[in-house]
Amino acid sequence: MSTAHLTSILIWLPIAGALAVWLLPLSKYATGSLAVLVSLIEVGFWIEQASRFDFHQSGLQMSEQAKWFGELGISYHVGVYGFSVWLVGLTVVVTAACTGYGFWVGRDRPRAYFGLMLLLTGATVGVFESQDLILFYAFFEAMLIPLYILIGVWGGARRIEATVKFVIYTMAGSLLMLAAIVAYGLHAGTFDLVNGPTSASRWLFLGFMIAFAIKAPLFPFHGWLPDSYREAPPEISAVLSGVIAKAGLYGMLRIAIPLFPEPASFYRTAILALAATALVYGSLLAFRAPDFRGVVAYSSLAQSGLITLGLFAGTSLGLSGAVLQMVAHGLVSASLFLLAGVVERRTTTGEFRLLGGMARGRPALATLLMTLGVISLAVPGSANFAGEFLILAGVFQQAWWWAVIGAGAIVLAAMYMLRLISGVLHEARGSTVADEAMDVRPAELALVAPLVAGLLLLSAWPAAISHNVGPSPKQPTSSSSAPLTLP
Amino acid sequence: MTIHTPHIDWFALSTILVLLAASFVSLLGAVLVPAPRRRTFSAIVSKLGFLGGLVTSIWLYVDSPHGEAVVSGAFYRDRWTALAQIILCGVGLATTLLSWEHALPQRGGRNDDHIAEFFALLLASAAGMAFFVGAGNLMVLFLSLEWFSIALYVMCAIDYDVEGSLEAGLKYLIVGSFGSAALLFGSALVYGATGTISFSGIATAIGAHGLSGDALLVVGIALLVAGLGFKMSAAPFHMWTPDVYEGAPTPVTAWMSAATKVAALVLAMRLMQTAFPLERHLWSVAFAVIAVASLVIGNLTALVQTNVKRMLAYSSISHAGFMLIGLSAGTALGGRAVMYYLIPYSAMAFGSFAVVAARERELGKPVTLENLAGFGWERPFLGVAMWLFMFGFAGLPVGGGFVGKFYVFAAAYDAGRAWLVVVGVLATLVSLYYYLGVVRAMYMRGPQLALAGGSPPRDRFLHVAVGMALVVSVGSLFAVAPLIDLARNAASAVF
Repeated sequence: MSTAHLTSILIWLPIAGALAVWLLPLSKYATGSLAVLVSLIEVGFWIEQASRFDFHQSGLQMSEQAKWFGELGISYHVGVYGFSVWLVGLTVVVTAACTGYGFWVGRDRPRAYFGLMLLLTGATVGVFESQDLILFYAFFEAMLIPLYILIGVWGGARRIEATVKFVIYTMAGSLLMLAAIVAYGLHAGTFDLVNGPTSASRWLFLGFMIAFAIKAPLFPFHGWLPDSYREAPPEISAVLSGVIAKAGLYGMLRIAIPLFPEPASFYRTAILALAATALVYGSLLAFRAPDFRGVVAYSSLAQSGLITLGLFAGTSLGLSGAVLQMVAHGLVSASLFLLAGVVERRTTTGEFRLLGGMARGRPALATLLMTLGVISLAVPGSANFAGEFLILAGVFQQAWWWAVIGAGAIVLAAMYMLRLISGVLHEARGSTVADEAMDVRPAELALVAPLVAGLLLLSAWPAAISHNVGPSPKQPTSSSSAPLTLP
Repeated sequence: MTIHTPHIDWFALSTILVLLAASFVSLLGAVLVPAPRRRTFSAIVSKLGFLGGLVTSIWLYVDSPHGEAVVSGAFYRDRWTALAQIILCGVGLATTLLSWEHALPQRGGRNDDHIAEFFALLLASAAGMAFFVGAGNLMVLFLSLEWFSIALYVMCAIDYDVEGSLEAGLKYLIVGSFGSAALLFGSALVYGATGTISFSGIATAIGAHGLSGDALLVVGIALLVAGLGFKMSAAPFHMWTPDVYEGAPTPVTAWMSAATKVAALVLAMRLMQTAFPLERHLWSVAFAVIAVASLVIGNLTALVQTNVKRMLAYSSISHAGFMLIGLSAGTALGGRAVMYYLIPYSAMAFGSFAVVAARERELGKPVTLENLAGFGWERPFLGVAMWLFMFGFAGLPVGGGFVGKFYVFAAAYDAGRAWLVVVGVLATLVSLYYYLGVVRAMYMRGPQLALAGGSPPRDRFLHVAVGMALVVSVGSLFAVAPLIDLARNAASAVF
């Protein structure tokens, strides 16, 4: 088996698994076990991919290309860059944990549920590996379908409103992107991301950026975020904030910035300002949020802002910090949402006024939550600290005040994380916290612990990612392909 | 005095002849076959007829790489005609399977009296459409239009025990006649201006006599566009669509929504491109305006529908709009965009109405968004098929609808009409709301009504038909290259 096949296997294995789950008349347990097994095999394939990837070499690796619809220069073209490897890894690890969580809590209608989870995994990996704009768009949209049904069927009481908002918001952005893709591709004569020329069109850049900013989400496009993160089942919120949001940021990194260098620098200040606003505003909202999931949801908004600061810093320091932070925050927020689910299962609520005092007699829960809290408030030595430091150092080279705002936000992060920890673990015992509410069970521990372990590993050795991001994919700017000028 | 009959290329007409022959056999069955066996007999005849049509039209496609006009220029034997005939026969085959169990359901045994006539009419309308798509002059155009329209009028009204069916037939007859009259009048004016009825002759005459912009000609083209607009149910000629689609027996609706649109769009493209290439600046703008009107009216009105058949009717209006975006480009890219779009579209349109037919039969009353609740969990296969059709209609990448939309947008952008892309994008966004409404109703609300009990009626053939639609709809996403090659070869006959 050549290494190039690994790229395609990572996309199509979960999708094949989804079909198997749908078609085979298996029992509830067999279905869940099969899904978990497939997602673990997926992790295995990713480890294989990461170990064979040559991080010292820049450029696309393990690429595969096949004709799809040839005449417009559209092909099935997949491959990975250094940073894609890490994001694919984040995806497979987080979705494996979340699939396991769904199995553990025993979601009803298991065949539909697990099939959709696997489909979501495949589509998300596809987003991170596509090297063709139409293929990228297809996977980007394909993520939406399982998410819509997963939230709409297995979500909380106000799930229908949440899904309508979520879908309309994201599709509005995606369709703008489709229009931009059509315009870009027809001018360039190819939809290929690797060979495509750069473009100087500001309109097209905005078409892409709005789609990514909605997905990320970035202020002021975050209207769908609180509802979806609260109403979705906890493991789906974990995937949403841990992985799907990163697809939007990845889009900026892979498409918006390298394909549109001139517009990206033209709008740099505006985007940095929005990102800084998202960072501060999201942190303040997180501090004011009345419930567990609200804090994590708004902190994701803040973190998306921070990562965007790094991406648009225009320096390689900021870029590697952003990639590191994407992975670190993905792991943190996924674990936090899973823990929110764990707490909600015991107390039926996530509201702080009904919670509190859960640390007593529940050491595992307390330890997990404390560890995650400490990492996410970027205590020196943590993965988040390394990421944030690199981002701030990177953006400092742009202008010093961005770094000041970013540093201020770290203080805010400490405020909301400590509030979360004390609201759940400490203070007086909440009215819904029964004595017999159990500690984190071994199965739950087995789901969250690997994510936390990954974080601790990254804390110990952040250079694993930040030194192995590879340069940003530069577009071929040879004299033969002059930059396009578009209206 | 001797009459010189033209040389007739019988092979070019073989699809039509096969379908017509099957229609006659089925009609004979109405008289000769005893009542209990009539349904099976005529359904098998219809199936064989469409299979035969499929074989001959594929053969014609392979055998006609260089298009030519045959029978004194009255009929085009080329790949454009053949590909349209292939799609029509495919839809006809699926409709036969659906009608086998679902057309004229037995209520006290009476309705079976007319099942053989039903299949005869289905085959006759298909033959008319197969003739229509190859029309080479205005006379054939009008004759074949009336041919399939009259068959459809009767099919809409055939279930006369049901209140809406008769009304639908009557409405379609009156409004449809209006459309036919417009078309006929337009043909007369064009003949008056150019002195010829053959498509290619018209183009030559316009060029030779410098008739471009001639008032008579322009009014004639406008009336032709309006007449075709009625058949493709594009706004503002769409008024009959929701009522007729709602009232007609659901298998008939499924057939009409897929096949009529194929026939009308394919013919419109050929007529405009062959007869009026010099007037492209006029008709391409006219079709662009009609496209926008269809997109706006179809999508906004669909938002407030609760009856699923009505909602799908408005959705078919909006899809006419999408395909007209491709038509209005007036380029070869637009041609193959429309041809490609028609393949997944007809599969999805047919399939969604077939699923509605299944639900209608088990409820015994019209399907609304409310009584669709829980359907997805009760009938997993039909539920999955329906959501794939709905997401496909909305242009999400689960079917060829995505590629179709991409292609028509590309054609519009290529023709310098970026604003049409913007309108199309906004329309897609609006359409999401009601397409997802169906998915929401099927899966996210608990069942609110107790069904009559017992197992659902047996509908094996319906499942096969929906399966066919599903394979085409999803398969066209993966097999883009071969399908586009087919469409390109077909379009090269016209452009």
